[in-house]
Amino acid sequence: MRRALHILAANPLTLTGAVLVLLVVLAALLADVVAPYPEHAGAVVDFLNFNKPPSAEHLFGTDLVGRDLFSRVLFAYRISLLLGVVVLVISVPVGVTLGLMAGYLGGRREYVLMRITDVFLSIPPLVLAMSIMGVLPPTLLNGMLAVTAMWWPWYTRLVYNIVRGEKVEGYVLAAEIIGASKWHIMFREILPNCVPAVVTKITLDFGFVILIVSSLSFLGLGVQPPTPDLGSMVAEGARYLPDSWWLAVFPGLAILVAVFGFNLVGDGLRDILGAEQ
Amino acid sequence: MRVVWAFLRRTGTALLVLFGVSILIFVIARVIPGDPARVALGPNATADQVAALRLALRLDDPVPLQYLHYMAGLVRGDLGISLYTNRPVTTDIAQFLPASLELIFTAGLLMVAIGLPLGIIAARFRGRWPDHVVRVVSLTGVSAPSFVWAVAFMLIFGYWLKWFPISQRLHDSFQVAPVTGFLLIDTLLAGDGAAWRDAARHLVLPAFALALAGIGQAARLTRANMIETYDRPYIEMARAFGFAPGRIARRYAFRPSLIPSLTIIGLDFAAMLGSAFLVEQVFGWPGLSRYGVQVILRKDLNAIVGTVLVIAAMFILVNIIVDLLTVLFNPRIRLAKGGKA
Repeated sequence: MRRALHILAANPLTLTGAVLVLLVVLAALLADVVAPYPEHAGAVVDFLNFNKPPSAEHLFGTDLVGRDLFSRVLFAYRISLLLGVVVLVISVPVGVTLGLMAGYLGGRREYVLMRITDVFLSIPPLVLAMSIMGVLPPTLLNGMLAVTAMWWPWYTRLVYNIVRGEKVEGYVLAAEIIGASKWHIMFREILPNCVPAVVTKITLDFGFVILIVSSLSFLGLGVQPPTPDLGSMVAEGARYLPDSWWLAVFPGLAILVAVFGFNLVGDGLRDILGAEQ
Repeated sequence: MRVVWAFLRRTGTALLVLFGVSILIFVIARVIPGDPARVALGPNATADQVAALRLALRLDDPVPLQYLHYMAGLVRGDLGISLYTNRPVTTDIAQFLPASLELIFTAGLLMVAIGLPLGIIAARFRGRWPDHVVRVVSLTGVSAPSFVWAVAFMLIFGYWLKWFPISQRLHDSFQVAPVTGFLLIDTLLAGDGAAWRDAARHLVLPAFALALAGIGQAARLTRANMIETYDRPYIEMARAFGFAPGRIARRYAFRPSLIPSLTIIGLDFAAMLGSAFLVEQVFGWPGLSRYGVQVILRKDLNAIVGTVLVIAAMFILVNIIVDLLTVLFNPRIRLAKGGKA
């Protein structure tokens, strides 16, 4: 822990990332308190103030029905992070368990599991999520489902590759000789050695989930209005370029800042945990 | 001989995977709430008309039977009729695919031509300012979805600076007979220099928006691999011989680092097949991705399955090519018994 803090302090980029991530998380958690116009997260109309450029009163300007863009960005962060948490909470345990099984148990199970993984990985992530979202009603829950369905195989492949290297190591052999159960060997002996790589990937993936979710809603296949979402805000704003540039630019910047933060932290974590390939 | 054998095995596995993809996407497309026939005909159609279309599409058959029927068509090169365009799906794909491929190839070229040199520079000046600059630039590139870059480029270079056109592939004043569907090639074949320049100018913004994430990835990866190679004894020897640092970087450190980079570059290239959806949407690029979004929104079953299958097939094909290149670039690599690691 101390070493981690030391490395963090010595590495300005990672520190910057940690600060950005902290800001984004705080903004999402405290959106009701921080947002200047919390009621603007919903379907509110204020035609007296519509389409105003950024000002002291409205930091990011207002949208076409007069809602404060800054407030909406804060609430959109809440949705993005919530989606990120749910997607990873479901897909990481599933993916890791399947990876452990495929890698350690071997045989027919390995072949079948890894070919199924290949099937999922051979459709570009966005295309797969789009196809699922295209056939389901576009609700928040379905969005989570669609993204989760394409996320687990990455963890399966990652863990599988590590396990294949680990299972010939002495400590696994020793455990086998003592007569430890397969369950014990997979989860107690091998799993701890996968943790650094998995944790690094989770941090990086937080950013990527935000990317994919915003891409889906950019195409109109994700979170629906009036729920604020960064992707659909950019999509709407893009139609009013170049005059109402703030409509697209600030939500776009918001995506960039959040994902950039998670990437910097993930990059730094890789160094700290020594998970460099 | 072993290489040929391994390649055949790899292709066999790929076909198996593609078969799996077809089942997966077919199941996704058929477990739809809502009636595709009703969506296609609109709210004013009578119940009889809907029933007739359902019959024609075999929508009332059990799903496995529908799948068998679809596969029988697929083997004959028939992907069914699109309900959106009322044309065979193969015709649609043949029309829209070249535009997408032209965009993706250009972006892939940019990725290699810019990403690799950036990575080499970062590794050579490791820990100094060029390294930090490259790191920030490449992380920034990866940190926004391609549609955000597309919108940003459109605003800055299209609207404000007016350097490049921001929609379509070619100005209306040019008429080019489609031969390959690749405008850069078709205009050359027509010997029309002005049209070629116009087509190239239209490509700039979308291709850069699409390539930015890949450029970042390629640079980061090349840097990491080069740094690993820099620790090898033969680099030490080259230094001892007094070779110039630039020559060591290019001739001795870069080549072995290329091989691991190649795999990821292949993956990134394939990922562009997905990101192209977003970029084409922003720039009104008449490609396969835009078609894909339209048919998904309209629940056009045959077109959805066909489009995803074609994309997955290209995705798999790129991976096979990358595997093959890896072997060609490094004679030491012989695929191990278990296939890929």
